[in-house]
Amino acid sequence: MHKMKWMREIPLHLMILPAFIIVFIYSYVPMFGIIIAFQNFTPVNGFLGSKYVGLDNFKYIFQFPDIYQVLWNTVYIALMKIVGNLIVPVVIALLLNELTKQFHKRTFQTIVYLPNFLSWVIVSGLIIDILSPSEGIVNKVLQFVGIQEVFFLGNQNWFPFIMVITDIWKNFGFGTVIFLAALTGIDPTLYESSIVDGANRWKQTLHITLPGIKPVIILMTVLSLGNILNAGFEQIFNLYNPMVYATGDIIDTLVYRLGIVDAQYSPATAVGLFKSVISFIMIAVSYKLADKFANYRIF
Amino acid sequence: MLHNNTIGRKLFVFSNYAVLILVSLSCLLPLLNVLAVSLSSSTAVSAGKVWFWPVEFTTKSYEYVASTSAYVKALVVSMNRVVLGVAINMLLTILAAYPLSKEKNVFRLRGHYAWYFIITILFNGGMIPTYMVIKQTYLIDTIWALILPTALPVFNMIVLLNFFRQIPKELEEAAHIDGADHWRILLRIYLPVSTPALATLVLFCFLNHWNSWFDGLLYMNKPQHYPLQSYLQTIVINVAAQIQAMSSNGSGGIMDFVNQRTNKSAQIVLAMIPVILIYPFLQKYFTKGLILGSVKG
Repeated sequence: MHKMKWMREIPLHLMILPAFIIVFIYSYVPMFGIIIAFQNFTPVNGFLGSKYVGLDNFKYIFQFPDIYQVLWNTVYIALMKIVGNLIVPVVIALLLNELTKQFHKRTFQTIVYLPNFLSWVIVSGLIIDILSPSEGIVNKVLQFVGIQEVFFLGNQNWFPFIMVITDIWKNFGFGTVIFLAALTGIDPTLYESSIVDGANRWKQTLHITLPGIKPVIILMTVLSLGNILNAGFEQIFNLYNPMVYATGDIIDTLVYRLGIVDAQYSPATAVGLFKSVISFIMIAVSYKLADKFANYRIF
Repeated sequence: MLHNNTIGRKLFVFSNYAVLILVSLSCLLPLLNVLAVSLSSSTAVSAGKVWFWPVEFTTKSYEYVASTSAYVKALVVSMNRVVLGVAINMLLTILAAYPLSKEKNVFRLRGHYAWYFIITILFNGGMIPTYMVIKQTYLIDTIWALILPTALPVFNMIVLLNFFRQIPKELEEAAHIDGADHWRILLRIYLPVSTPALATLVLFCFLNHWNSWFDGLLYMNKPQHYPLQSYLQTIVINVAAQIQAMSSNGSGGIMDFVNQRTNKSAQIVLAMIPVILIYPFLQKYFTKGLILGSVKG
């Protein structure tokens, strides 16, 4: 009987095998490859043949004069993005929810959701063009109203904010759709009875609508905690330049320059590992919190 | 819902529309601007006349792009990548999702396998070790470097297995009694009833492969192997060039810059077209997919 059961499971194992192998090679072997953070790695000697140097690479990277600035930039930009990407979609979803004409609601939703599907190359191309100091439409408008033109992407005071604003521009449609879906789940009888009680629209928003989508807001907040060190590599890689390294360089771009451009594989992996460990802790905690407070499980 | 025709309400409705229209315009105008520039003459563009409508309408930049062999080559790489990549994504996703959708008494190692895959969402080796593995497995400068590392989209697999779990068990029990094995049940029962979910996932995979660019930049040494978005990255991303153009005293730099601008805009527009074409479907299914993904096991 036991053998029969085992036999019947064979096809199931076979089905999962291709995915198992692919994930082993391209996800698990790189995890094992993290040992190069503790080695003086050279590609010729490989993962197994390179010399172990203990924590030397970590000592080395934390002696970089810029490393603390880079860590700060990462957390600063990531946190502003997390907050902005929560508040803006909630506000837009609430405003859309006030529209009585379904067609208008749908049209606005369709327009604001579009940038979400474009790649960061395309969006960065648009941003560079629009913010260009000589031809960009933003500076043309500024000139028109008599303000001195600004080279937004070359100015280190502006750069982090441009990253946050453009990230929200690209992503808020996604959050808006999620919050709108949550809004449709609110029991309409709650509104009806509140009208009897004499509540106006604003009171209803405060006491029915917002509490109604609170679980989803909590869920989105908690799940975004895992991004505390993700300041947006694809975006910043395309938009930053040496003029804004002071405020725009983040962990991931540092890893790229150190590891791929300068071929300092071991120190770059050490920086990457530092980030991965903190992100792992944050994601694990956020899933735990999501399960506890929003009763949400990814699996 | 509530029809309250007070002045305050009217004022609110008016300003609500104003805000929403402004927000929508902020999303729309940049796209219209790049489209208008791509369809205008470069003299009109350099004179700063072009806003959101083509001036001195011409398709010259599109002709230029079509005759650029690098662009066409990159487009071919992208198409190969999308076809191969989506096919392999779907194959692995379906094959992994089916066993994982089984109950523990049917597939005893289900939980172990599931964790094996989920761990890869939580933790990864990072850029450098992954690069080394790709190098050691001789994928550099081959299209497989763009396909194999992401061959199993774990999130999609979770979405699909949650969908599979909602399929009524009676269907497969009946087939099982008739002597159908797992392969047959997957092919004849699960797949036909899952077409909406599968369509959603095909769109996800298409979008991922079409929009990816960093892997191409990282794993391809020769520019002729770049997929379209990686190629575009090297063309369109030019903040450094702007700095140079600004700092160089001669106006030559700036003039070159303007001449390229219409061509660049045309390339951006062309790369956006596939996404815009599938956008209506994306929008329809994407929300559904999200809801599917959030169904608890």
